[in-house]
Parts: sequence; C-alpha cells; structure tokens
Amino acid sequence: MVEVEKEVEFWRWPETAWVNPDIDWSKGKIITAGVDVGSVSSQAVVMVDGELYAYSNTRTGSDSPESAWKCMNMALNGTDMTADNLDYCIGTGYGRVNVPMAQQTITEIACHARGANFMYGPEVRTVMDMGGQDCKAINCDDRGKVLKFMMNDKCAAGTGRGMEVFADLIRIPVWEIGPRSFQVEKEPPMISSTCVVFAKTEVVGLLQEGVPENDIMAAYCAAMAHRIVELLNRLGIEEKFAITGGIAKNIGVVKRLEKELGIKTAELVWYDSKMRDKGLPFDTQIAGGIGAALFAKALLERGKAKSVRKA
Amino acid sequence: MLAYYGFKDGSGDWFLTIDTDKCNGCSKCVEVCPAGVLEVGEDEYDPFREEPVAKVKQEERKKIRYSCAPCRPGYENSPPPCAAACEPGAISHSEGWRLLYGR
Repeated sequence: MVEVEKEVEFWRWPETAWVNPDIDWSKGKIITAGVDVGSVSSQAVVMVDGELYAYSNTRTGSDSPESAWKCMNMALNGTDMTADNLDYCIGTGYGRVNVPMAQQTITEIACHARGANFMYGPEVRTVMDMGGQDCKAINCDDRGKVLKFMMNDKCAAGTGRGMEVFADLIRIPVWEIGPRSFQVEKEPPMISSTCVVFAKTEVVGLLQEGVPENDIMAAYCAAMAHRIVELLNRLGIEEKFAITGGIAKNIGVVKRLEKELGIKTAELVWYDSKMRDKGLPFDTQIAGGIGAALFAKALLERGKAKSVRKA
Repeated sequence: MLAYYGFKDGSGDWFLTIDTDKCNGCSKCVEVCPAGVLEVGEDEYDPFREEPVAKVKQEERKKIRYSCAPCRPGYENSPPPCAAACEPGAISHSEGWRLLYGR
C-alpha cells in the first residue's frame, strides 16, 4: 500500500481568545456580549461597562447555534463567568438569527461601523468590512452611526473565502501570503479575472507557465485591492479610513489598497493606548462583536432593552 | 442614512437607494410597486430608530436589476412608480437602468 502524505490545510488560520487580566467582572454593573456569526468565522465579545473583557475568534461550523456556543465558551474559558451572567447579548453577522444566547439581532453593517468607531477612534468616516463571503463599504458619523452603505454579496471576489481558496491552490499558509507578496522583483500585472472561480483558473495557468509563487501572490493581492477600490469609489471615501474583517490582516492587500487610494488606513488609537501592554493579540475581525456588545449596553441604558441576567 | 440596496457587477450599477432620513414610512411605495420589491418595517441599520422605514425585501436584494427593469427607471426621465409615489422624495435608482433605458 502506498502511504499518502496527510493533506495540509493551507487556508486554516489559527483561532484566538483573550481575557483582560485587569477587569474583575463581578464588580461590573453592565455586562454585555456581542456574538458575530459570520459565513467563515465567528466571534464572541464580552464587555464589562463598555470595556473589552474577553473575546474569541473561531471558525464557523456547519451549524450556526453550535458555532455561536463554541465561540462564547471559548471567550469565557478560563474565567468564572458563564452566559447566565450576561445582562444582554446581541447576535450579528450572516448567521445572526441562529444565535441561541442572544436576545436581539442587529445587522453586521451597523455593528461594524460602531465597532470601528470604538477601535479606531471617532474620526473614522469610512469603514470597509471585508468579510468571509461579502464586503461592505460604510460611511459613518462620529458616533459610529451608519450614514451610507453599500454591499457586495453577489460574488466572492475580494472576500476572505476567496483568499482561503487561493491559499489552498497555491499551497502556502494564508497568513504568509501578505508578507510574501512583497518579495518580488517588480510588481506583476494583477489577476484580470474578477470572479474567484475564473481567478483560480488564471492562477493555475500562471503556475504552469512557471511564474514564481510570490509574483502570483502579488498579482492576486493587487486584484483583490482593486476590486475593493471600485466599491469604495462608488460610495465615496472620507478619511479616516479603516478596514475591519479578516482581509485587514493581509498586509499585501492593505498596502496595495492604500497605494491605489492614495490614503493611509487609520491607526489603532484604542489598541495603542490601552491594549498593547496587556498582550491583546489585535484582531480586526472582532469589530462586529464589539459593535454588538456596545449596542447592547446602549439599549439597556436607554431603557430599550431589559436585563436578562440570571446569576 | 442612504441605504443602497442592490449590487454592482460587470454590466453596471444596479442600486435602489432609500434615504431613510427623508422616508416617513407611509408605505405608498409598497402599494404601487408592481414587482413587490419593497416593504416597510424596522430600520435594520439603526437600532435606535423607532419609526418604520421603507426597505427592499431581503430576497429581492440580489436580483433587483431584473425586478426593477419592467418599470424602466430613467426612461425618458420619468420616475418609476415608487419614486413618483414617494412624497418626501426618498427613493432613487442608480445609473444602470438609466444607461439602458434613458433618453
């Protein structure tokens, strides 16, 4: 019998979780949570009086309720808090109607704008959420309220899943694509196909022609950046500009996007001033969860929601 | 808020835009739309808004190009029924149909 080498999953990005060591949740007045069940990844964010207490970022399974519990349990792992201690929980994301511990749902567009406002500061006016299977361009005001939005959920070009498919095809771990896309002699022409399926065919062709892997990665990142620019130009860009979602972690796409737009992405004000020293692994994917948890707090404070805390 | 419902593809921009600050939730657009594209309900994008607002039905958002085509938005610059019925002028269509049908 021939031994077959175990298949490596190049798309598989690491799941993360973090608990804020400086917060004693039992002394907190309002404990809220946001659970963002996306098409590819799920995040749970727990906030105590509007401060980030814990979060987790996991992959979404085939079952939305199960994925919601998986990320909530992972966020609370190592703490003595349970879901019964939550005052209010809001579900968001593609699978928001199937979040069992949530009392209410809010669209991810509203949540990402609110979350980006918290993470990147109130000066943020344009938010680009690059999700697993869609991308959304949002204009918001200084309170994170949505003023304008546009969504591309018709095709997978320029989405996280597109990048995962590409990683598998080229057999390089997905987090290495960004850095390696800059190790090229000169910037290659971008992949011309806008569709992921056709882009895949084009990449296969380039591989067979013997084009170096790094060049193909550069071409793919450039194509993805270009796709997002089209959506952003249609909506109109105002500074500061922030990117949320998984693709925001891919420096190859972000830097090329900045170059094409001629503007820089917003700095991490909140992260730099409060979180860097505490060892928080910065995660652009939790913006939706943060937004949902902040909405939960605001709704409780305005008397539009009632606490469901059991313990 | 400007809510752009629809999509952009290789053939152009296909968006029905509703200005939620102008919309008064009167549902006259819902009554006149022959394709049943619109509905009035809770504002999905502003959790604090209490008044109902017009929106495009979830299942129509990815096929709006075809659903709105029979009304020929942009044709001879006459507004489609929904926009004509809207007293505050909250509804508009993007360039796609105008380029197809416009004069």
